[in-house]
Amino acid sequence: MTTYWPSLIGGMLLGVSAVLLLVVNGRIAGISGIVGRLLGGQQVPANAAFVVGLLLGPLLHASLFSRLPAMTIAASWPAIVLAGLLVGIGTRMGSGCTSGHGILGLARFSPRSIAATASFLAAGILTATTMGFFR
Amino acid sequence: MSGQNLARLGVTLLAGALFGFGLSLSGMLDPARVIGFLDVASGQWDPSLMFVLGGAVMVAIPGVMLQRRMARPVLDEQFHLPQSTAIDRRLLTGSALFGVGWGVAGFCPGPAVAALSMGLVPVFVFVGAMVAGMLLHDGPIARLTSKGR
Repeated sequence: MTTYWPSLIGGMLLGVSAVLLLVVNGRIAGISGIVGRLLGGQQVPANAAFVVGLLLGPLLHASLFSRLPAMTIAASWPAIVLAGLLVGIGTRMGSGCTSGHGILGLARFSPRSIAATASFLAAGILTATTMGFFR
Repeated sequence: MSGQNLARLGVTLLAGALFGFGLSLSGMLDPARVIGFLDVASGQWDPSLMFVLGGAVMVAIPGVMLQRRMARPVLDEQFHLPQSTAIDRRLLTGSALFGVGWGVAGFCPGPAVAALSMGLVPVFVFVGAMVAGMLLHDGPIARLTSKGR
């Protein structure tokens, strides 16, 4: 259990961030939406401010714990490109990702977001598990 | 820029930093941990992602309850919330495509964008492809699919 404290506390911070944006600014912390709107030139200052904050996250981690967060990237180059394209197309078509649908949608008990979350979790588990047999 | 606009911008920056730090602390920046959760047959299943999502939703639920009792947000005239409730083919297909991409490399938009500041080349390649995918969708694909509806 103790291994999972950072994950639980990290997750709770995601919740605090989402609530802050919702209660104070009245907006949804959905990362694919924020990036998509930024690309479309909509509400540029606000969306850029969130992205800058996001980029500061790993650096804050480094300054507090004297090390950057761990990252092990096993996927091949073609797989990374394919994955990026699918994540880009899919999150725009499905109007959200793990943050907007996953965190806020579930917290708002939105049937639409619950359906989206079930869909991407099922597809993710199926894909990673199938690929696991070939690793 | 008015004082309220500036305050809102400051809150957005703070929320972004909290989100990025939370992701960093949670371990979810690491694609290996994400794949470790999604690959349920690896023999060394890693439940971390469940704790991350659980912790986030646990905190967000009372926040949403509070929001529903408010007439308007602290720093704006009205809430800007998604209005769509349709569970249609677009939602399910899009989410499934996203899920496949997520399962292939272990990256979703939040962690990938946050990790850009760590300067790793594969992260730049992933985000570049993701941005291309978003532009591809909002341009040609949206035009094609809206014709069909």
